[in-house]
Amino acid sequence: MHIYEGFLPWQWCVLWYVLAIPVVVYGIIKIKKVTDEHPESKPILAVAGAFMFVLSSLKLPSVTGSCSHPTGNGLGAVLFGPAVVSVLCVIVLLFQALLLGHGGLTTLGANTFSMGIIGPLAAWLIYKGWQKGGWSILVGIFFAAFFADLLTYVTTAVQLSLAFPIPTFEEAMVKFMGIYAVTQLPLAAAEGILTVVIFDYIMKLRPDVLDKLGVLELAKKVGKIEEPKEAV
Amino acid sequence: MDTKIAILLVIAAAIIIAPLVLYSGLTEEEGFFTGSDGQGPEYLEEQGYEPWIEPIWSPPSGEIEVLFFSLQAAIGSLIIGYFIGYYKGLARRREDEVDEEVSQTSK
Repeated sequence: MHIYEGFLPWQWCVLWYVLAIPVVVYGIIKIKKVTDEHPESKPILAVAGAFMFVLSSLKLPSVTGSCSHPTGNGLGAVLFGPAVVSVLCVIVLLFQALLLGHGGLTTLGANTFSMGIIGPLAAWLIYKGWQKGGWSILVGIFFAAFFADLLTYVTTAVQLSLAFPIPTFEEAMVKFMGIYAVTQLPLAAAEGILTVVIFDYIMKLRPDVLDKLGVLELAKKVGKIEEPKEAV
Repeated sequence: MDTKIAILLVIAAAIIIAPLVLYSGLTEEEGFFTGSDGQGPEYLEEQGYEPWIEPIWSPPSGEIEVLFFSLQAAIGSLIIGYFIGYYKGLARRREDEVDEEVSQTSK
């Protein structure tokens, strides 16, 4: 999903920066608020960021014969909301742009928009809707992470098709979706599973923090789960 | 580790191993296992597009690139492992304290 340095005309770089910056700024404010109100959520925030760090460093083979990397953006989105993930995403993307020559500074806005905003937003909405339906929390986490990963890549395909509608936007879309989104399908499933595993750990070990973050609030309202026991 | 988690991890591993078995013997020379991140720019260059700016720094060799990728994974794993381990320790201590109270009150 990384658009490389120089592979997006500057007008598009500016546009994606303009769209991404307000979300990142809001995310920074939100991080400050959450960590002030609930300092015990800091380690969970670190784990959410670390999860993105690990997953986006793993280039995995897909059944299409290409390799691609997962994004790890679903976990943080479910726990803290999409704006917070956009901040974590900027950190990950800066590391990769500066030390790996992977992604770029001019394309940072566009890459943050896909991996830090659209993907996490999808995860957050799916998870909220899923809880309202009263279905299994962990299955909801799977789908949230699956679509966060997939839609990150779909967004990249859309961004490139808009900038390079060769010969038309539709045909460019077919080409870029083939490269990015199709390869991503099995990897998004793997990411969904890994996100379930780590979320399950957090839910078992620190239900009190999840409770404070309001992660299980909707599920409780529809009677899906019991009130978590107070940690001593 | 409970069985549900173990089964999930096996499925995730199977998803990743499947392509390696499926295309066993094929390499990047036949166009396999190349990165989708690189295919986009490659296609654009075929269309005659030239990047208008170069990265300010990029790893001078594949080895250095692997170094930083490994570092990235290591930093992430360290943080996750540290806190999950810490939380597990806390949970264990809570259990022990409850056990102690129970044994004391029963005396």
